[in-house]
Amino acid sequence: MSYLTRRLLTFPLVMLGVSILVFVTIRMVPGDAITAMLGTEAGLLTPAQRDALAGYFGIDQPILVQYWRWLAGVFQGDLGISVTYGRPVLGVILERFPLTLQLALMSMCVALLVGLPAGVFAATRNEKMSDLGVRIFAMIGQSTPNFVVGLLIIYALSAGFGILPVMGEFTPFFEDPLRNLGQMILPAITLGFAFAASVTRISRSAMLDVLSDDYVRTARSKGASKRSVIWRHALPNALIPVVTLSGVEFGYLLGGAVLVEQIYALPGLGRLVLDAILQRDYALVQGCVLFIAFNFMVVNLLVDLAYAALDPRIRLGEGG
Amino acid sequence: MSMLRAIFSHASGRIGGTIVVVYIIIALLGMFDITPHNPLQQFRIDRLHAPNATYWMGTDLFGRDVASRLMKGIGQSFLVGFCAVALATTAGTVLGLTAAWFGRAWDGLVMRVMDVLLAFPAILLALLIIAAAGPGTWTSVAAIAIVYTPIFTRVVRGPALSIKSREFVDAARTFGSSRRYILTRHLLLNLVAPLTVQVTLALAWSLLTEAGLSFLGLGTQPPASSLGLMLADSRNLMETAPWLLIFPALAIMISILGFNLLGDALRDILDPKTRSRPA
Repeated sequence: MSYLTRRLLTFPLVMLGVSILVFVTIRMVPGDAITAMLGTEAGLLTPAQRDALAGYFGIDQPILVQYWRWLAGVFQGDLGISVTYGRPVLGVILERFPLTLQLALMSMCVALLVGLPAGVFAATRNEKMSDLGVRIFAMIGQSTPNFVVGLLIIYALSAGFGILPVMGEFTPFFEDPLRNLGQMILPAITLGFAFAASVTRISRSAMLDVLSDDYVRTARSKGASKRSVIWRHALPNALIPVVTLSGVEFGYLLGGAVLVEQIYALPGLGRLVLDAILQRDYALVQGCVLFIAFNFMVVNLLVDLAYAALDPRIRLGEGG
Repeated sequence: MSMLRAIFSHASGRIGGTIVVVYIIIALLGMFDITPHNPLQQFRIDRLHAPNATYWMGTDLFGRDVASRLMKGIGQSFLVGFCAVALATTAGTVLGLTAAWFGRAWDGLVMRVMDVLLAFPAILLALLIIAAAGPGTWTSVAAIAIVYTPIFTRVVRGPALSIKSREFVDAARTFGSSRRYILTRHLLLNLVAPLTVQVTLALAWSLLTEAGLSFLGLGTQPPASSLGLMLADSRNLMETAPWLLIFPALAIMISILGFNLLGDALRDILDPKTRSRPA
């Protein structure tokens, strides 16, 4: 069986496993499922109300029946009702998702615009002082948590220039593009910082590999200019690992921007999960986690497919 | 000894190793309360005092000594990080080894469960576990351990599968060596190199995750000290008391840098294929 077929076949199975894990974990919350659903408000219920709710939500049924009903709901886009918002969970999630998606896309642009030229530059000056400088920058970048980067940026701006970044506001891009970019650029730089360091390291390493290949030597010996060798001959092949890394990182960014969204008080998906946990809105936690895991898996699957398309050894099952 | 010599003759290893050793000493001092001041004592008259000879890193809003809290915080972060990585290494090694050895249904089951765990971004899985179990130090340890177990399982299973089919393992079987002996002496000993590299890098990630969880208020709980908590506390005071931000930020960055440098050096030393390509 080829790698691709195997990968496509296991996708629904892993997704099923994810749904079981999310369902079971939320039901491990101390107290019963009504507490899990209503959070602290469950304490206000009388026993009769509690019984009525148990019947209404079907939690007097065996766990397998409950799971099946929940899964059937998920397939119809019904992720439950958020206690905090009093609305369907999916609606709340879809309202917050555009911000997180835009943040992830902008961070990826920051990372590629900084990381790729830095990596190529370092590879062409292998073992020189400028290469060492880029490598040190990349190592420090990878070792700095994004929330530390965010705090340092806010401090530098307020102490150095007396300005405070816009926080807690979000204007959709199509409503006011300039205002939107003004609100999103600092969070994007913050989130893209460590990502840029990873891109620098991997593009430098890939470029060094490619630059020592025979076909690059041939291009050089045929008299191609240094610029043409780097940008036309070497870079396209060195991009394969960068594409893979970017895809995987993008998947993380879609679900892992919790800390940056918290620092800049951005109403995105990450902050929604965090607030749902702090407010014990378990239907919302369950829905968000499932939604993010689904996105993460889809992005990873697309990355694998892209990688397989770029590298025939993987496609034919030799590399996987 | 030859390993130590190899680490200290490698540029990244020298810097990373020194940082890690210094941090371990600070963490131990912090854990055993050998600090310049009591980290919880409030010197109310010296609230928000800038760094000076008495308070090397200044004091916080409650007049507590930042240097002492930082030492305690490093101790706490290292405790969580080391415990989580120890748990993840043990669980991942046992699961990876047994999956490779027994194969078939057990291998399938273990690896599919690991696929499910890997289907979540790390911080999200940790948050899900904390949502169910409630915030706290030991929940953080468990959450971080569960997040990193699949990585160790994969790191162990792959090489274990290839070692299992080598002649010396067949020979050991023929000579009647017990399964336990082969698993621990032949397979596990040959996996020490990849595991060592992975442990070092996982320590950097777990310090990062612990700091993130504490920063969000879901890890170590006040009044205990942790690097993430100190940074969270500094947010509203960074303009008037920048030392509350700068010192914990540097402490986190340098500790993660140390483990990353050491991990890179170990990978170079233990894996000859990457030796010529420092990245």
